[in-house]
Amino acid sequence: MTTTTTTPTTTSTGSTRTPKKRTRSPIAPYVFVAPAVVLYIAFLLVPMLYSIYLSFRGMRLVSGGAFGKRKSVFIGFENYISALTDPEFIAGFGRLAIYGAIAIPLTLGLALLFALLLDLGATRAKRFSRTSIFIPYAVPGVVATLMWGFMYLPLTSPFSYITRELGWGTIPFLEDPWIFGSVANIAIWGGVGFNMIIIYTSLRGIPSELYDAARIDGANEWQIAMRVKVPLVTPALVLTGLFAVIGTLQVYGEPTTLRPMTSAISQTWVPLMTIYRDAFVRDDLPRAAASSVFLAVITVVLSVILLRLTQKRAFGGES
Amino acid sequence: MARPTLAHDTERTPFMSKALPTAVILIGALYCLVPVAWVLVASTKSRSELFTTFTFAPGTGFIENLKDLFAYGGGQYVSWAFNSLLYAGVGAVLSVVVSAMAGYGLAKYQFRGRNLIFYAILAGVLIPGITLAIPQYLLMSQIGFAGSYASVLLPVIVSPFGIYLCRVFAAASVPVETIEAARLDGAGEARIFTNIGVPMMLPGMVTVFMLQFVGIWNNFLLPFIMLSDQDKYPITVGLYTLLSKGSGEPALYSIAIIGAAVSIIPLVALLLFLQRFWRLDLISGGLKG
Repeated sequence: MTTTTTTPTTTSTGSTRTPKKRTRSPIAPYVFVAPAVVLYIAFLLVPMLYSIYLSFRGMRLVSGGAFGKRKSVFIGFENYISALTDPEFIAGFGRLAIYGAIAIPLTLGLALLFALLLDLGATRAKRFSRTSIFIPYAVPGVVATLMWGFMYLPLTSPFSYITRELGWGTIPFLEDPWIFGSVANIAIWGGVGFNMIIIYTSLRGIPSELYDAARIDGANEWQIAMRVKVPLVTPALVLTGLFAVIGTLQVYGEPTTLRPMTSAISQTWVPLMTIYRDAFVRDDLPRAAASSVFLAVITVVLSVILLRLTQKRAFGGES
Repeated sequence: MARPTLAHDTERTPFMSKALPTAVILIGALYCLVPVAWVLVASTKSRSELFTTFTFAPGTGFIENLKDLFAYGGGQYVSWAFNSLLYAGVGAVLSVVVSAMAGYGLAKYQFRGRNLIFYAILAGVLIPGITLAIPQYLLMSQIGFAGSYASVLLPVIVSPFGIYLCRVFAAASVPVETIEAARLDGAGEARIFTNIGVPMMLPGMVTVFMLQFVGIWNNFLLPFIMLSDQDKYPITVGLYTLLSKGSGEPALYSIAIIGAAVSIIPLVALLLFLQRFWRLDLISGGLKG
């Protein structure tokens, strides 16, 4: 996929490369993969291709006859140009960047911190903490937004209650620029636990002899964490980072749910909201398709850049 | 003792070295529990108490709210809960079956097109499924499926990440020798899969089931786009409609809050129960390339 660091056998998938001197029914593997392939074609490939096709079409007046007729015709890159020159669509990416700049590092940073603490011998109340931090994973984004939304609303917010009691007034959670932090907080709350578990399980897989060696060399727990543990869980961090980036680009449910509570979130606050509006409010499907394709391309490009930067071959299949 | 500084460091702060990490992680736990506690407390408040009493003070309207919730729209909440369970339960089961078959096929056989399929699936992990929702809707409308249960169920069955995990798990947990031995005993490929492959892959399949179940349960955009009949909504879309109407009709806020509280209890319970069967190390373990 990326560089040519081909390893002939990979640790986790190595057993697939075995001598092939066996006789077997040649149909069997195709039967096993058939349902997945059929569904993949029907619900991923075809919609993707259809999106691309649609993104190059547009309704145009076709002259001829007494009345001009509106017909769907090929219009080249017009939809892309109109989407990418729409300041609101582009501004949506800007807002997404601010949101992501808050949500991604904090989600991953806190997940790593909690995972390291869980892995530390001295920490108490591990079971309780691990379970508590994991619970938000089971809470749908819409429900999380509903709960946090009320905790932001001046009348029902416990935080604003405290600051009012202290004479500092209400915290404007639902106003610019606080809104970025408020929406990001919902994603952080929902994402920390799952990422923590992934990093933690990865930490548990490190052989303890490595720590003993580091301790004999005089390293303290902090040094062991930073110099032994963090480098060894980098693959898990790359994966969680990748999912955080993909998740950020797809943000839709949280700001949409929060919208009824605030005027700081417009109908086009993030790109997917603009796409939804184009498709279902303005009925401009070709433009929505063009924007979707653009968003998908951005996602793939960012993912590849991330994987390259980290120089790790995530998804260590054979190459 | 290797070096005197080592012993000194650990002895100097026996209290701090325990208390600080514990305090930090407890703050994290508190952060994660506060909204849940809030929604549980708020669900006990009557409409007038919601905006007037201290936010963490329990109210007196719990029973009343429950009645309102189940009476809303002629018992729509029950349909939403049932629908969520249907979409997530059936969707996750079908997804696991499809993923396990494909993962096993990709891991345990050499065949033409195997690498093409595998790379297509990897690419599928990167493509944001959500950007496919609109073309999926259009295609569903053309075959007259839009708005049906199937329109929400079918697209979620194929999970590139689930297939990928099953492939990793099949490769790691089903020994080739066992398969060979079964073949020598005259077992067919399908029987080998169901009687040997599936039991060995079971922990991985539970993991994929949970990931898919939670993913579908939490999904918002797909059902939001596909469905127009309120009786087919899952809980997420149902609560969203309550909340979006609530700004004009504050009584609905109370219903939305208790609806949220009631909806998270079974899922948290399920998650806590299934937690012990998870093999999440799969997810990161698959990365060691």
